[in-house]
Amino acid sequence: MSVRIVITSGKGGVGKTTTTASIGVGLAQRGYKVAVMDIDTGLRNLDLLLGLENRIMYDLVDVTREKDPIPYKKALVRHRKYETLFLLPTSQVKNKDAIKPEQVDKLCKEMDKDFDYILLDSPAGIEEGFKTAIKPAQRAIIVTTPEITAVRDADKVIGELGREGIDDIKLIVTRLRPKMIEEGDMFDMRDINELLAIECIGQIPEDESVIKATNRGEPVITMEDSPAGKAYKNVVGRLFGEAIPFYKPPKESFFTRLKKLFGLL
Amino acid sequence: MLEALMKIFGKNEKPSGQVAKDRLRVVLIHDRASVSPEMMERLKNDIIKVISNYMDVRTNGIEISLANDEDSVALVANIPVKSMRHHA
Repeated sequence: MSVRIVITSGKGGVGKTTTTASIGVGLAQRGYKVAVMDIDTGLRNLDLLLGLENRIMYDLVDVTREKDPIPYKKALVRHRKYETLFLLPTSQVKNKDAIKPEQVDKLCKEMDKDFDYILLDSPAGIEEGFKTAIKPAQRAIIVTTPEITAVRDADKVIGELGREGIDDIKLIVTRLRPKMIEEGDMFDMRDINELLAIECIGQIPEDESVIKATNRGEPVITMEDSPAGKAYKNVVGRLFGEAIPFYKPPKESFFTRLKKLFGLL
Repeated sequence: MLEALMKIFGKNEKPSGQVAKDRLRVVLIHDRASVSPEMMERLKNDIIKVISNYMDVRTNGIEISLANDEDSVALVANIPVKSMRHHA
């Protein structure tokens, strides 16, 4: 039996695929059998983030097509280092309408007995590709940045998930900048909790390591000394209900305290 | 003097994070309720109809909006009254 989790966001570029890759590796590191599935047909990227782009033979379109479908096991790409992690890539040639929600749902049911976790990496937006990604899911992880646009879109997606009957929804906030938060120029976690009212399992700081990790095709969770890598490691722990405290930025500066003392803040 | 001091300390305007939060709160109320501008227009016309039974209002000065008041949502109506109607 598998747990099927969709990673989605509404807005693009907030870190859905980065999150999917890191959680996938994190679960495999704990010994679980994991399939990560790219649903962003036409704009696939999960293969690049996992460093598996040169080993793809078949894709989601080949596996789900009506006529002579390829068995999904032939399309799965096993990760060299994390041997219980498999990628099911999607097509880079076809577009998002090439796969229907029912087809992926049926495929997930077939894969159910072979995996502990199936992670579905959703495309941005709330159209067909999004609907395909959420159809098989029992749980959802929403990824957002602390920006007004991304949080608004996240709220919309929470509503859409609710209509589909998915009520186990967790939040991951990416690209947090402690300095901007301290200066009042960025939402802090309390603001976001207040606005969206769903449980947060990840606060990922803005970190150059994320770009370096993508460059190398090694998910940032494997960079254990990096702030973002540590934060993703904690996300995986919290998925299992482990009570891991969130990282607190260092105490406010002397100057901030001085301003407060004079009642100017 | 105080203003100049505030400027030095960079406290002359709201932090942009707070501005964003205030804006987003109002937007989310509309998004979640899916209150369309048309519906607001219909609501406005209905309110005018009812109030006109009791007072003479300046219809082109009416403003109706949803706003966030601390922890609750408020329907805020600003309706200029020209005169009270006298009932026979």
